[in-house]
Amino acid sequence: MTTVEKAPPVSRRDVGLLRRPRATTGFASWITTVDHKKIGILYVCTALVFFVLGGVEALLIRLQLFGPNGTVLTAGQYNQMFTMHGTTMVFLVGMPIAIGLGNYFVPLQIGARDVAFPRINMFGYWVVLLGGIFMYSSFFLGGAPDGGWFGYTPLTSAPLDSGFLPGRGPDFWTMGLILLGIGSTTSAINFIVTCINMRCPGMSLLRMPVFTWMMLVIAFLTLFAIPPVTVALTMVFFDRNFGTLFFDPAAGGDPLLYQHLFWIFGHPEVYILILPGMGIVSETLPVFSRKPLFGYAIVVFSGIAIGFLGWGVWAHHMFVTGLGPVAISAFGLATMLIAIPTGVKIFNWLGTVWGGSVRLTTSMLFSLGFIAMFTIGGLSGVMHSVVPADTQQTDTYFVVAHFHYVLFGGLILALFAGFYYWYPKVFGRMLDERMGKLNFWTMFIGFNLTFAPMHLLGLWGQPRRTYRYDEGLGWEALNQLVTVGSFIIAFSVLVFIVNAVVSKSRGKVAGDDPWDGRTLEWSISSPPPEYNFAEIPEVHSRDDFWHRKYTEDDEGRLVPLPSGGAEAHAAAGHDGHGIHLPSPSYFPLVTALGLPILGYAAVFQNVWLALLGAVVLLYGIYAWAIEPAD
Amino acid sequence: MTKRSWRRRVLLPVVGIISSAVLVAGCGPDNSQNSLQPAGEEARKIDDLFMFVVVIAAFIGVFVVVGTVYAAIRFRARPGRDDRPKQTHGNTALEVGWTLLPAVILAVVAVPTISLIFDLNEPKKPDAVEIIAVGKQWWWQFEYPAQDGEPRVVTANELHVPVGREVFMKLRACDPSLPGECNVIHSFWVPELNGKRDVMPGRQNTLSFTAEKEGVYFGQCAEYCGLSHANMRFRVIVQSEDEYADWLASQREGPAVTLAQAGEAGNLFSAKYACTNCHTTEDSSLSVYGPNLTHLASRSVFASGYYKLTKANLVDWILNAPSMIPMESKECRLPPGPGNVCVGMPSYVNDTPPGLPTMTRSEAVQIADYLLSLK
Repeated sequence: MTTVEKAPPVSRRDVGLLRRPRATTGFASWITTVDHKKIGILYVCTALVFFVLGGVEALLIRLQLFGPNGTVLTAGQYNQMFTMHGTTMVFLVGMPIAIGLGNYFVPLQIGARDVAFPRINMFGYWVVLLGGIFMYSSFFLGGAPDGGWFGYTPLTSAPLDSGFLPGRGPDFWTMGLILLGIGSTTSAINFIVTCINMRCPGMSLLRMPVFTWMMLVIAFLTLFAIPPVTVALTMVFFDRNFGTLFFDPAAGGDPLLYQHLFWIFGHPEVYILILPGMGIVSETLPVFSRKPLFGYAIVVFSGIAIGFLGWGVWAHHMFVTGLGPVAISAFGLATMLIAIPTGVKIFNWLGTVWGGSVRLTTSMLFSLGFIAMFTIGGLSGVMHSVVPADTQQTDTYFVVAHFHYVLFGGLILALFAGFYYWYPKVFGRMLDERMGKLNFWTMFIGFNLTFAPMHLLGLWGQPRRTYRYDEGLGWEALNQLVTVGSFIIAFSVLVFIVNAVVSKSRGKVAGDDPWDGRTLEWSISSPPPEYNFAEIPEVHSRDDFWHRKYTEDDEGRLVPLPSGGAEAHAAAGHDGHGIHLPSPSYFPLVTALGLPILGYAAVFQNVWLALLGAVVLLYGIYAWAIEPAD
Repeated sequence: MTKRSWRRRVLLPVVGIISSAVLVAGCGPDNSQNSLQPAGEEARKIDDLFMFVVVIAAFIGVFVVVGTVYAAIRFRARPGRDDRPKQTHGNTALEVGWTLLPAVILAVVAVPTISLIFDLNEPKKPDAVEIIAVGKQWWWQFEYPAQDGEPRVVTANELHVPVGREVFMKLRACDPSLPGECNVIHSFWVPELNGKRDVMPGRQNTLSFTAEKEGVYFGQCAEYCGLSHANMRFRVIVQSEDEYADWLASQREGPAVTLAQAGEAGNLFSAKYACTNCHTTEDSSLSVYGPNLTHLASRSVFASGYYKLTKANLVDWILNAPSMIPMESKECRLPPGPGNVCVGMPSYVNDTPPGLPTMTRSEAVQIADYLLSLK
């Protein structure tokens, strides 16, 4: 038990190897921490490193495609780049950043002191970090994955000596994704239990902030989406290495089965990526408009509806595989249905801004940019549900444009809105607004220069995943524009990184509630104390913190309460004496270390490595189970 | 200039010019691979439906984007403006309205969509030309089935079809001529004639198209199929019925020059460099591992359809094919065996296995001359 003031020992077993670590500052504390806030920071920082790596891969791709018959990369290198770019951005950036922000803010938004399973939380982080390192180590161990982020069989599953994808890359890919799936699953379970069990008194489900709601929805999606893809990846690995024939058509296997398994994961995965972004702007838009979220209930239910419908549309990734007209009609219609709750959300966000007192902070600019760009991505999505049109667009740059409008214009812009919004809470200082505006406008312009022309390139016939194109096809000018745009995005990200680093020590001191916020995280100090809430809050309404500061007159206009939110800080003098918090632990790391060792054992089919991995894993699990509570 | 006249004189024309430029430019280049310039019945129907949806989407997109910008500017906080806005929590009528509105719009889109899906899936017409396309790594083989006692024709990279008649493509990844040989997934796509259809190993997908105009249309594999996916191009040559019939008849003929007649070049081709392990130059009805070369010189492109068939290109290709199209073919000159990875055509100047000869340029020229005589 770590208490802020030393508590008397309660156990005699506090000896030997299993003694729990004590560090609360410095490197050791970050290795052993189980504090959801520190873990959240670790997730986001790790994901940002991978964001830069994935970005560099994208820039190399764009350099290669700047002109016809580019020679910056070889065909093999190019195929590795687009495979790793996609894999990185989905599994090592999109998911971990959302999980990181959720880690930090879900407990704060529901008035909890930590997540339900703090050590599992840390384990999840280590698995993601080590899984990412595992995947990237393939560059030095015989070639990175080159089968695409979707890894279609039989290309990926044909035995090594068939020559379809020589090298160990696809094995690193299958094993790496299985590892990352373990990490995501543990996080998902943690979020579900936390949201259900750890809400403070009065925080009914329909008072939960929308960001927390969306994290709950994606936790359910993750929990059910990971198993099918894990099955599929295992089958691929076995086909490739152990002579099973799941996807070998010559032996009666079916490559199409893989696509079903992959996309029954892959489509919910899209919503796993975008729903947190929707959650973030549902926080920022009301705050910066000084109005409650328009139609809270319908926004939440739309999010849930998207989550449900997301399970019924996977085959829209397979419209040209020959499923037959009845099946593709059904999946086309189901895909159109998703546009309804999505449209509802967009209109409700506009309704939130409408009539408000809009402060155009950087965070708000990113949020508004999200609405506009995500809408464009949604509309090109509807074009894909028009199946005949999709048969022209799928696997072309039109699709690349579409999902970047959704995932970059949607998720990434929303994440940046979240960064500018929450940075002051995490570090106690504001991000610089001038650099922020530069960050926003360069990203917004660079983004549109990069991805808008891709719509046309796709319609003009340029297929995806092609390392070169011949001259004379009329694609040169737009490809050059795209490459220029991608470097503007890179500049913008650089501005953000500088801003984040500089502002951490030099930024304006934020205070507890710099934005006049609505949710509970703004009721505590910035950065929050280790125990979050000196006293567990009790809430009486949605946006409870707001209502501690303001009331409404008869016409619905805001009236500040005379106490000015003093009640919110009533506990400020509390020193946290005697608050029970879970102790740090080594064993999430030890347990997680066993997994990549097993991964290497599988890739190189080395029994000794497998034994070593199993020993480390089992040691970690057992030590975890029996280590003392304090 | 007043604000209003400035708008009228400058802004409107500028917006007009830009949007018409976008529209004109949007239809894109005449690159024979442009889905916005359909030249086939199916592609035209798709384009019409797509344009209908684009117009609807453009309205909604402009509405939302302009609405967002307008709201942000109109309601922005400024000094002197009340920063205590009315606290609206929602509006049921409005919310039901904007739930129903997208539903109605989608219904309008759904009806022609479903109707076109079934329209494009009509069974083949009795007079349709039936052709088999086999996806290989990384090129396309086209087979014209045996008919009226005439043998089948096997060719590569160029698909000849008659204008105005339905062409019914059977798409295969497994080649029955080569038992146990299945390739990966490819996708058959000629944007100006129809949408794409995947070539699924173990299944036979079909795709029909009806070309409306004679000409050459580019196709390209659209499903990632490994190292040289980008190079897997082909062309569709749409001809009049007469030209098409002549072409097919000429393809059914024997070789212009037999291996035996080719003398030294024939010896290089068959004995010394064992090209005949994978290719045939003697019989246009055979499906073998590599492209059937019996009438190579009648084609305009070769090498995955990426390169023009010129003597210079052909000589370079014969010497060192992997330098032109990346392939996993280092071990292709070794006998097939466990661990020997062979996909594509080997280099005859690099990575020569011990005991096998390295090709000289003059030998390559001899082989090229021979191949180019195979009209």
